[in-house]
Amino acid sequence: MQVTMTVNGTDITEEIEPRVLLVHFIRDVLRLTGTHWGCDTSNCGTCVVLMDGQPVKSCTVLAAMADGHAITTVEGLATGAVLDPVQQGFMEEHGLQCGFCTPGMMLTARALLDHNPHPDDTEIRQAISGQICRCTGYATIVRSIKWAAEHPAAAEHGDTVQSDTAQSDTGQSHNTAQSSNTAQSQSADEVHA
Amino acid sequence: MTLIEDHPANPAAGDESRPIGYGRLQRKEDPRFVRGKGHYVDDIVLPGMLHGAILRAPVAHARLVSIDTSEALAHPHVHAVITGTDLQALGLAWAPTLSMDVQAVLVTDKVRFQGQEVAFVVADDRYAARDALELIRVEYEVLPPVMDARTALAADAPVIRDDLEGRTDNHIFDWEAGDAAETDAVFASADVVVSQEIVYPRVHPAPMETCGAVADFDAVDGRLTLYETTQAPHAHRTLFAMVAGIPEHKIRVVSPDIGGGFGNKVGIYPGYILAVVGSIVTGKPVKWVEDRSENLMSTSFARDYIMQGEIAATKDGTILGLRTTVLADHGAFNATAQPTKYPAGFFHIFTGSYDLKAAHCKVTGVYTNKAPGGVAYACSFRVTEAVYLVERMVDILAAKLGMDPAELRLKNFIKPEQFPYANKTGWEYDSGNYEPTMRLSMQMAGYDELRREQKEKRERGELMGIGISFFTETVGAGPRKHMDILGLGMNDGAELRVHPTGKAVVRISVQSQGQGHETTFAQIVAEELGIPPEDIDVVHGDTDQTPFGLGTYGSRSTPVSGGAVALVARKVREKAKFIAAAMLETRPEDLEWEKGRWFVKGDPSVGKTIAEIAMGAHGTVALPEGIDGNLDAEVTYDPPNLTFPFGAYICVVDIDPGTGRVVVRRFIAVDDCGTRINPMIIEGQVHGGLTDGVGMALMEIIEFDKEGNCLGGSFMDYLIPTAMEVPDWETGYTVTPSPHHPIGAKGIGESATVGSPPAIVNAVVDALAPYGITHMDMPCTPARVWEAMQGRPRPPI
Repeated sequence: MQVTMTVNGTDITEEIEPRVLLVHFIRDVLRLTGTHWGCDTSNCGTCVVLMDGQPVKSCTVLAAMADGHAITTVEGLATGAVLDPVQQGFMEEHGLQCGFCTPGMMLTARALLDHNPHPDDTEIRQAISGQICRCTGYATIVRSIKWAAEHPAAAEHGDTVQSDTAQSDTGQSHNTAQSSNTAQSQSADEVHA
Repeated sequence: MTLIEDHPANPAAGDESRPIGYGRLQRKEDPRFVRGKGHYVDDIVLPGMLHGAILRAPVAHARLVSIDTSEALAHPHVHAVITGTDLQALGLAWAPTLSMDVQAVLVTDKVRFQGQEVAFVVADDRYAARDALELIRVEYEVLPPVMDARTALAADAPVIRDDLEGRTDNHIFDWEAGDAAETDAVFASADVVVSQEIVYPRVHPAPMETCGAVADFDAVDGRLTLYETTQAPHAHRTLFAMVAGIPEHKIRVVSPDIGGGFGNKVGIYPGYILAVVGSIVTGKPVKWVEDRSENLMSTSFARDYIMQGEIAATKDGTILGLRTTVLADHGAFNATAQPTKYPAGFFHIFTGSYDLKAAHCKVTGVYTNKAPGGVAYACSFRVTEAVYLVERMVDILAAKLGMDPAELRLKNFIKPEQFPYANKTGWEYDSGNYEPTMRLSMQMAGYDELRREQKEKRERGELMGIGISFFTETVGAGPRKHMDILGLGMNDGAELRVHPTGKAVVRISVQSQGQGHETTFAQIVAEELGIPPEDIDVVHGDTDQTPFGLGTYGSRSTPVSGGAVALVARKVREKAKFIAAAMLETRPEDLEWEKGRWFVKGDPSVGKTIAEIAMGAHGTVALPEGIDGNLDAEVTYDPPNLTFPFGAYICVVDIDPGTGRVVVRRFIAVDDCGTRINPMIIEGQVHGGLTDGVGMALMEIIEFDKEGNCLGGSFMDYLIPTAMEVPDWETGYTVTPSPHHPIGAKGIGESATVGSPPAIVNAVVDALAPYGITHMDMPCTPARVWEAMQGRPRPPI
């Protein structure tokens, strides 16, 4: 059968079998391999893409069901050379390690911020609770998404991230989570001075 | 604009964000991963590539009566169907394991665990391959399985490994460490002896990316290129040469980006071999990527130790000795990954952080009708089990003595002046200063305040628990005189080249699976040579491009390969000194080093930077005798000992008395891994490991029913923590360098996975003290906690 959809802003028409999963359509047919496949029971969320702006697990959507819809994959997050703040946030706050869950996490984060530009920690954790990460322990992912919330400029306006402004903002986001640790670490250093 | 070319512009702070050397540095790996431009195995597409799929056994123990592949072969998109009989003809039906046993690649005689590999289909695409699996007809004669390790050695237990000549039982090995007689004597003289059966249930590392491979055999020049999810590409190349009979120089193993390993991707799985056979048979590249159920049911499990622990002490809380007997369930084939001389890994580190008079352990391995494995999931070769045993036993002793578990630990720590410390089972701990680390953790937690809060809550009938774990790890295998894997000494190589313009490439033998090697190994070179990390490429994972070494597992990358990289950089630095001397027309001994530059002693204005020296080394400078051109070096590092990082963890849990649900409210982790290369990456490693701990302690288990059905074979029932089950971690650190390591660094990757489960279980048991509970086995799921509260705790099977 024929399917037509918009993927990362480009119109695509392909001939496929009706049973083909969207995740395989994206990976194997379109060769957009940033979308991953981590389980066979719709639990892990490494395959999350945005369908009309909503996060969906593309292993649980037939490519045929995406007919006529707009899909955004990780490859479509950046605007030209400008990274989405979510992408930058994950780098700033070490929100990724092996990188396998990262595309799905970032797309869910993007959808969250589009609906709720200033989520609190609990809202962020709930938003990503359909996605498993084996490396990070989630805390830095939460910080990454907060970083993106605090630096919306790049995505909305394509503006330069002001380094001085950003510096104080990042300091704050670290402070909320880490102030006691920093103090403790210093005292520990003294112990071994 | 934040341009891609201009990234990263870390606003966190100038120098600190881009250190030339150690410090918080954003990862060089991240830019490709956040753009979906990573290169994982399943992203690889080669011209003409076919897809393989494995037919798996539906039962745990059965004689194979017949296989009919004719219908599958008739499928229009199928190119080959390979059975055990086909492999037999090639001598590949069985493959050696990392434990000197053999494992069936495809079943020839009988099935020995549910999910075992029975046949392999090669087809045009993954959908057709799966279709064809359903067209294969297999007849089985079902046999009674052995599922409980406790019954595996019974006289009437079915013999699982009747393929092994002369084998009449399910016994694999007995191994012991320590002095049994001395330990018995210490126990006989003790005021207090406590014993407890402690089960560390079977779990699974479950990396987000499953195992997979793309095999490309070129029949014309007899060359095999194998892209694999492997943590040890060089060892795999050697083993493939030995098993498949392809000369080693004709094999190239490439480990691309790996979506997490956690020990799951150390061994060679039948799927890899089948992809190679499929490529040889069809003459085309063959991809094999397993699904999640296959990963959970057939690849390396972790733990599965049934431990009888005993601890002896005086009335005032001086711990005298520890002893334990362990029944180790290894599944149907002994494929456990560990150094040859250590069939129970490094379990004999079970004396922990305490200064004991005596200790003894005995481990017995048995076969059961389960998937093979054992050593995986950040266990550091069974250190998870060792630390869990000692940290639970110390808590049980504290309860018996009515002592605070923190005080009991502080009283018995090995003292800083005792290092290097020879424990009673053969280890020499390199360094440690345990008390300040413990005190820091207690201070961060507000320990005394927590105990007061707990007391108040108990009076109100609320269940709050505080759990402590103080662990000593042993990582960085290892010295070649003691440690090898299948005869390959556990050393690692490093090659460093500085190009004429001062940019560098360092080639390493270990293989990152997310631990940030491309960043941290560049930082080690940067620290030693003063070349900015962004000007240093770290090459890994391709056996044609990198020096030989044993790979990444057991937190051995920093201890072994990190040592190699520091030493190779120093070798280059030393060579640079001679070339700089020639350029400056002075003597090498008159030069002094500052980061990035050799200069004339007493005249700092006269000197040469590494970049200038590199250009000189490739140029026309008249070189001193014995110094050749170019600026490069290579080393193989044989570590003198392992490293012994340690940590103090405190966990606070709340339990709902109505449902038995455990919530980890706080977790404080203070780690000491010596010199810290990149604090940001260390923190990430710790966070990930603590999450493993919550999973194992509260959620994860691979169980079986009596018929041998795997009950944890998908993410529907093998539960892994999400962001909702873990708290915001509180981390701290102390620094006690390893005296023998070139940069004083110790491994850290597995510490949190090793150290956190006992802290959580200790907290759960502490919370349940009002119910008279002194122990419960993991996982502390609501149902199991509820049963324990009703006085019916049950060990997991």
